[in-house]
Formats: sequence, structure tokens, C-alpha cells
Amino acid sequence: MRDAARFSLDRVTCRYDGKVAVQDVSMEVPAAGVTAFIGPSGCGKSTILRCFNRMNDVVPGFSLSGEVRLDGQDIYARDTDPVAIRRRVGMVFQRSNPFPASIFDNVAYGLRLHTRISRPDLEMRVEQALRAAALWDEVKDRLDSPASALSGGQQQRLCIARALAVDPEVLLFDEPASALDPISTQRVEELVTELGKRLTVVIVTHNLQQATRVADRTAFFLLGQLVEMGPTVDIFTRPRDPRTEQYVSGRFG
Amino acid sequence: MEHPLDHDVNELKTLLVTMAGEVERQLELAVRALVERDSALAQEVIASDATIDRREIEVDHRAVELIVRHRPMARDLRLVVAATKVAPDLERVADHAVGIARQAVVLNAVPPLKPFITLPHMASTAGGMVHDAIDAFVRNDSQLARRVVARDDAVDAMHEQIFRELLTYMMEEPRTIPRALALLIVARSLERIGDQATNIAEQVVYLVEAEDIRHQKPSEEARG
Repeated sequence: MRDAARFSLDRVTCRYDGKVAVQDVSMEVPAAGVTAFIGPSGCGKSTILRCFNRMNDVVPGFSLSGEVRLDGQDIYARDTDPVAIRRRVGMVFQRSNPFPASIFDNVAYGLRLHTRISRPDLEMRVEQALRAAALWDEVKDRLDSPASALSGGQQQRLCIARALAVDPEVLLFDEPASALDPISTQRVEELVTELGKRLTVVIVTHNLQQATRVADRTAFFLLGQLVEMGPTVDIFTRPRDPRTEQYVSGRFG
Repeated sequence: MEHPLDHDVNELKTLLVTMAGEVERQLELAVRALVERDSALAQEVIASDATIDRREIEVDHRAVELIVRHRPMARDLRLVVAATKVAPDLERVADHAVGIARQAVVLNAVPPLKPFITLPHMASTAGGMVHDAIDAFVRNDSQLARRVVARDDAVDAMHEQIFRELLTYMMEEPRTIPRALALLIVARSLERIGDQATNIAEQVVYLVEAEDIRHQKPSEEARG
């Protein structure tokens, strides 16, 4: 039995100022579990990730051809609202980027933006999001403190809580742990694994060990193309393509 | 410049090949000690076993070191896994060689029961399987490895033949029982060596093709 596809890409080509960054990528990302994107810098993995919630729209000179579908809906169609897409498809970046506001307001921000919500409901949803991000116990007594007072690892989990608060169906992670120490990295990885049980999670990572730890399946990109995608254990023990073999065995370049 | 990973991978392979060479020699000498009735040679084999035991430990240490230093993936990972499985198989082949040498010492002290016919042939077949399995490992030749696996049936058949023959001797003349039993132990060791070579060859197929072919022989299933 095949997993239902959350995203399906059909011959997607991306350009920045006419320069090709992603070339003719067709792939499906199943709804269940964690999918990792790996590949050397400049291979197009982050560009593809940003296609999933139209984050590239804000980049000047960006253009896309082909189709990106979310549950069958063409997300680059003229009548698709990118804001609605981003509510369903959240994103967490490499550098944590909390707003200059309190811990509470950071998490509440999206809820206030997207919905009319009573104060008790808001407080409940903020708590749920912070619990889901494994941060609640550390911050419950200081929700009004500035987010900037948190450690780097805590700030990253706050950003995850902020993304979770609006109840997305998909969470995209762009190297979420590359700026974190090993302990904070481990917590983020645990969180990614946990979230993968109920959301579609896609994670871009340079850390191959991280991909082996968190991802159910892994896609390898090279020079803007998808080389190979498969179960993570297969990609790392018996890759089909010699370019994947070279990359995962550390002989690339 | 050689990639540090390639360097360590090659060292691990070289170590395994060195060990295999020593094991093959042990087996060759043990069989010669028996066939040529040379008990001094048999003692030499028995005394050399400790060297092989140390090699096995050395392979494990190198493999662990390689994992720690390089966190190997793909073929490198399969090589490390295969190496840690092949070394104990080689070590067991050497143990069987010692077993054969011990029986040689016993048998050389008494008059021969019968001329050696099938046993030397069985020894060269089983020894050839070990040699080819290692050769396949060195050359990444999974086809050769698959042929080694196929040859195990011939060794098993010779074992069966020797068993029946010795049974006849024992039934006809009970005084031959001690010598026949000693020869049976030798045949049994050679049969096991064929199995070890098969194990090694299966690891070579895993290494080269990433396919696990263990426990797939229909004849094996039938025998239970």
C-alpha cells in the first residue's frame, strides 16, 4: 500500500533572476512521517522546501514553472491564497527568529492573526503549543518575559511552538538545529520525530546523521535535481545511484 | 591524496586478507599433516592458532575504530559489517584446521585404516571455497561469491559419502571404530569449513550487491 501524497511536484523548475536553481523535479512527499532533504550547498533542497508554502514568493526575481500540489490543490494557481497555504504549512528556520515580544505573544501571534479567539481559548492554545514543542515546563512561570531572554535552543523550540499554534498540517524545517549545541539539537530532533507522528514533516539538513535519526525517508538533491528518494535506511546503506553513494559515504567533491 | 576513509577501509581489507592467508595456510598444513602422516607439522598448526585468534580481535578493533572515525555509510558501512562477520568465520576455519591437526596426531600414531581418496579431495574443495570467497571479497566479485555458495552442496555430498564408507568399516570390524571416528571428525570439520566459506561468500554478496542471500537455499530448508 502506498502512502497518500501530501505534496506532489510535477516537473518543477525554479529560477532566481533567470538562473536555474531547481530543474525539472517531480516527486511526492507522503502525508505520514518525516522526510529529509539532503545534498550539498546550492543543490536546491531549500528552494524546493520553500516551494511547499510559497515562501519563495517574497524573493525578488524568483520564478517557478511546473506544478506543486498540496493535497491535490495547485498552490501556485492564480486563485490560491498564499497566506492560507502558509497557515496549513508552517516553517521553522535555521536561525531562531522570535519576535521582539513576550514568550506568550510570540506563540499567540498567529492565532490572533488568523482567528478571533477568546482570552481563555488563547491561553489554552498557547499552552498546548508550548507543550507540543516541549517548552512548557521551562517557561510556564515566565510567559511574559521577553523571548530574547531564552537560550538559543529554547528560542528554536519557541519558534516551533509558534508554528504549531495555528494547528498546521505540515511543518517545514530548514536546518533547524545547525546553530544549536548537541543537547539542544537532540531535543529538536526528538521534537521533529514526535511531530512526524501526527504531521507531515519535511526537514532540510546538512547533518547526515540527523537525517538517519529523524527521517522515515530521505531525498538526495544534486545540482538542482532530485537524484534519489527512498526509505532512509536504504539511502544510507544501499543507495541506487552512485552519486548518492559518493555523497552519503562522505567522498563527495 | 588518498581519502582518509579510503585509507582506513583499505587497511581493514588488507588486515582481513592477511588473516585469510594465514587461515588458508593453517588448513593446508593440517591436511598435509594428516595425509603425509607428519605429526610435527600437526603440532605446528596447533601452536599457530593463537596468532589467528589475535587477528580476529584486531579486525574487530579496526572496524570499531573506522565506525568511530568515519561513521561509514553505504558500501563502507556494508564493508565494516561484513568484515566483522567474516573474521569470526575465518577464525572458525582455523579452529577446524586445529581440530584436523589434533586428529592427525592421533591417527599418525596408529596404522592407516585405508588410503586417503575422498578426504583430500574434500579438503581441497572446502579450502578452495575459502580461498575463492576471500578472492571475491578482495575483487568485489559477487558472481564468484555466488559460485562459492553453490559449491557447498558438493562438500556436503562428499561428507555424506565418507560417513557411509566409514560406517561400513565400523560395522564390519569394531576394532576400526577409534580410527574411523577420528576420520569422521576430520570430515565433519571439512564440511563445516565449507559452511564457513559459504557464510563468507554470502557477506561478499551483501557487500557488493547490498542483498542478503542468507538462509535462502531451498535444499537447506528441505533438510530442516
